[in-house]
Amino acid sequence: MSAGFELKTTSYGPEAHPRMGFFTDTSLCIGCKACEVACKTWNDIPEDGLDFTAMSIDNTKTLDANSWRHVAFVEQRVEVDDPVQGLRWLMSSDVCKHCTHAACLEVCPTGALFRTEFGTVVVQEDVCNGCGYCVPACPFGVLDQRKGDGRVWKCTLCYDRLKDDQTPACAKACPTQSIQFGELDELRARAGERVTELHERGETSAQLYLADSDNGVGGAGAFFLLLDDPEVYGLPPDPVDCSRDLGTAWRAAGAAAAAMLGAVAGAIVWGRR
Amino acid sequence: MKGAMVPPAKPRSYYGLPVIAKPVWKPEVPLYFAVGGMAGAAAPLAAAARAAGNEPLARRAAAVALAGAAVSPVLLISDLGRPARFHHMLRVVKPSSPMNVGSWVLSAFGATTGLAAGWQLLDRPSRAIGAPAAAAAGLLGPVLSTYTAVLISNTAVPAWHEARRELPFVFAGSSMAAAGGACMALTAPRDAAPARALAVAGALLELAAGERMQRGLEPVVRRSYEREPVRALHRAAQGCAIGGALLAGAFAGRCRRAAIAGGAALVAGSALQRWAIFKAGIASSQDPDQTVAPQRARRPATNSALTDSLAT
Repeated sequence: MSAGFELKTTSYGPEAHPRMGFFTDTSLCIGCKACEVACKTWNDIPEDGLDFTAMSIDNTKTLDANSWRHVAFVEQRVEVDDPVQGLRWLMSSDVCKHCTHAACLEVCPTGALFRTEFGTVVVQEDVCNGCGYCVPACPFGVLDQRKGDGRVWKCTLCYDRLKDDQTPACAKACPTQSIQFGELDELRARAGERVTELHERGETSAQLYLADSDNGVGGAGAFFLLLDDPEVYGLPPDPVDCSRDLGTAWRAAGAAAAAMLGAVAGAIVWGRR
Repeated sequence: MKGAMVPPAKPRSYYGLPVIAKPVWKPEVPLYFAVGGMAGAAAPLAAAARAAGNEPLARRAAAVALAGAAVSPVLLISDLGRPARFHHMLRVVKPSSPMNVGSWVLSAFGATTGLAAGWQLLDRPSRAIGAPAAAAAGLLGPVLSTYTAVLISNTAVPAWHEARRELPFVFAGSSMAAAGGACMALTAPRDAAPARALAVAGALLELAAGERMQRGLEPVVRRSYEREPVRALHRAAQGCAIGGALLAGAFAGRCRRAAIAGGAALVAGSALQRWAIFKAGIASSQDPDQTVAPQRARRPATNSALTDSLAT
């Protein structure tokens, strides 16, 4: 199973680290948004609008250039005998998934997006020219162009802190260990135990999301334990790295280009009559 | 309230918010698709017309290719969030990025069309540099016209990604219609027969491939083309293509005015087609059902009958 997580960080030689990531256990999230605040503070991210959405207590709405952690709040009615008690509140702190097969990184025309020695995906702010290609390429809608700045910004998994052997700001600030940081292989083992424990306790809806490599992005550096289907939290149920189909698209383009050359030749011959 | 155990009829979502991000490209991008595409189809027409001895058509087709090659970088650079860093596009060679490949193709296309045109202005014997440059531009042109279809289909936007097999043919046909139309409008009717033939062939390909593309989409994704304003834009593009092709095929050989009107309709139709496809992608990205429903069909749900969200 862990073979799917082996990334080509060999070019880093002795500087290569084990792949680091986040395990976000949403069954422990209390919706305090400390992760959002810590992220914005450490990374010096500009304000993102101060509006009330009436979507439970989610006023952040989505991940974007100025929100690299986003806590989702879902209010649900559940089947129990007592109708007054029959409510549950799901909370989940979303973040960049740092995919094994990262579409953003593959489509980036400048090489601004790169794979770090920790196996994470980071935008180099001194290289990005704001072409915007990564924005619709990401199957999770994580990347976004910052207005007034023009460049694209997203979670770096606190690349600067990792270089100093520090825990990323969001995980450091999380008071319930809903956000756990560490070596990916270890996190996966921990997540497997946790989901088994929850199932034994009767929480049969608990499911891991992007925890193994059996998905369209080859597994994620940041994976989740969810208490309902991914789309309920605004996550795609079966995300795919679009580059998987790039060969098909180029073959079609080759055929179309050949058809164009044929049509030009035919037009010249026809025009000589 | 009572429907707690009833599976939802429509895909579930987080407050109806989109799952993927809205493309941030400005109108310059679809305009470039049209202008660059037209230039890309004009270049092989120029090279072939010169080889066939049709110098009046060759000159005008080369001018269309050169004008498109000159305008295209301006449009692309103006779309960038950091225009001063446009040259970062060429700091790497990256086959996995259609935009990087396209930047190199556009650069080479600009260099070869410019060289061919410059050589001709200098009135030097064209065999040494001019003819090979024009031939190279003629081979690069079809790539320039179609790589943009690869570029947008290589995204998570359902209306673009699902159409990856058909989009290059739509773009190729649209480019041929525009290039043929522009050259037929600029050239005297007696020399413009190949341009008229290319215009008609291009319009037919654009219409057929566009129809095939829409039919191939899953119904939930096809909604992108069935809602306004995309529906109206698409209809207008089809109308321009049909009208322009009729003028090109039936009247433009005898009447210069018909050639100019038909050419203008074909160029406008090509631009409208790209604009409609661009707007369809924007609409598709903003509809969570288009992202979730096809994915959910591939991967059966585990919890959909368990609970009922209050707010979604």
